[in-house]
Amino acid sequence: MISSLTAEKLACVRGERRLFDGLSFRVKAGQALAVEGANGAGKTSLLRLIAGFLAPAAGTLTLTEDGKAITDAEERGRFIGWLGHQDGLKPQFTVIEQLRFYSQLYAAARTGEEDVLEQVGLTRQRDLPCRYLSAGQKRRLALARLVVSNRPLWLLDEPFAALDAAGQAMIGRLMAIHCGSGGMVVAATHDPLGLGNESLKL
Amino acid sequence: MSPFLCLLVRDMKLATRSGGGAALALSFFALVATLVPLGIGADLKLLARVAGGILWVGAVLAALLSLDRLFQGDYDDGSLELIALAPLPLELTSFAKIAAHWLSTGLPLTVLSPLLALMFNLPGDATLTLFLSLLIGTPAVSAIGAIGASLTLSLRRGGLILPLIILPLLSPAVIFGAGAVAAKMDGFSPLGPLELLGAFSLAAVLLSPFAAAASVRLNLSG
Repeated sequence: MISSLTAEKLACVRGERRLFDGLSFRVKAGQALAVEGANGAGKTSLLRLIAGFLAPAAGTLTLTEDGKAITDAEERGRFIGWLGHQDGLKPQFTVIEQLRFYSQLYAAARTGEEDVLEQVGLTRQRDLPCRYLSAGQKRRLALARLVVSNRPLWLLDEPFAALDAAGQAMIGRLMAIHCGSGGMVVAATHDPLGLGNESLKL
Repeated sequence: MSPFLCLLVRDMKLATRSGGGAALALSFFALVATLVPLGIGADLKLLARVAGGILWVGAVLAALLSLDRLFQGDYDDGSLELIALAPLPLELTSFAKIAAHWLSTGLPLTVLSPLLALMFNLPGDATLTLFLSLLIGTPAVSAIGAIGASLTLSLRRGGLILPLIILPLLSPAVIFGAGAVAAKMDGFSPLGPLELLGAFSLAAVLLSPFAAAASVRLNLSG
C-alpha cells in the first residue's frame, strides 16, 4: 500500500528555460492535489517528472510504500496510472479489446472490464472500433483504462478536456472513489476538482 | 497472459489488421520479385545467378516499409507512455515489439520466398539455402530496424531517414545471406556464410533491445 508521495525542492528545466525551482509538496494516501498554473507554467512537465519520463534538474521524488522509500523513477512508474493529453487508443481495436489489453499489460489483479465500461457509460459501444468514437467517448474510454489499470497514484493531465457536464461529474465520482479507497490523485487542471483537495500553484 | 505476451499479440494484431502494413510488405516483396525478371528478360542463367541478391534486397526493403510503425504509431497516439509504465522493462518491451515485427513481416517474407524464387529459375537446393538464410537473417532486420525506428521516433517524417540509418548496418546480413545462396549455386557448402549470418543475427537480436529501449527513454523525455 502506498502511503505518500513527497517532492522535495524539485526543479525542472526544459530547453534553456527553468520552469520551476524549489518545488516541495506531499500527497498522502486518499488525498488529491490539483496543479494549477497558466499555460506553459510546467503542469504537464511536473506530471511527466512524477511519472518518470523526465528527470528532475534538481530535487527528489519519493514514494513511500509500507514505510519503504522508493526513489527509482522506473520503479515508481509501476504505481502510476497515466491519463495524458492523448488517449492512447488504437483506431483498429474495439472498446473492449482496448480495455482488456491494458488490464493484461498492467497485470492488474482486478477484472470486471464490463462493470467499468458501465461506470463510464460505454456499454453500448463495447464492440465498436475506437475510430468511430467521439472525442468525449475516447476520453471516457481512457478513464475506463485508468480505472482498470488499478494503479494507486493517478496522474491526470487536463482530465476534464472534451468531456460533457455528465462526463465531468463522472470523473469527479471516479476520483472520489479512488481517493476513498486509499488512492492518490495529482491532476493538472484549470477547473476545480471538487474533492476538498489541496492545490499547488506553479 | 503475461504483459510480454500480451504486448506481442497486440502488436501482431495491429500489424495484420487494416492499415497495419504486414500485407503491404508482402505485396511489395512479391511485386519487386516479379518486376526484376521482367526487367532483366528471359536469361535463365543470369536470373538464377542474381536471385539470391535480389530477393535478399527485396526482403530487406519490404521489411523496411513497416518498420516506421514499430514505435512511431504508439508514440504518436500516446500509447508508448502507457506501455512504458507497464510492469515490463523497456528492454523487454522492445524485444516483444521486435518479435512481433518479425512474426508478422520477416517470417511471412521467408515463407513466400521459395515461391518467388521460382520466377528466377533458382535450383531447388539453392532455394532451400535462400529460405534458410532468410529464416536466420530476417530477425536481424527487425532488430536493427528497431534501433532505427526508435531513433527517428520524434522526428517528423522520420520514416524517410530511417533507411539511411539502418541499411548500412544491415549490409552484413545481405552479404552473408546472398553469399550463402551464391556458394550453394557454385557447388560449395553454404554453411560458412550461414553461420556468420546466424552470429550476426543473434548479436543483433540480443543487443538491439537495449539500444532501442535507451532511445525510447530519450524520446519520452523530449
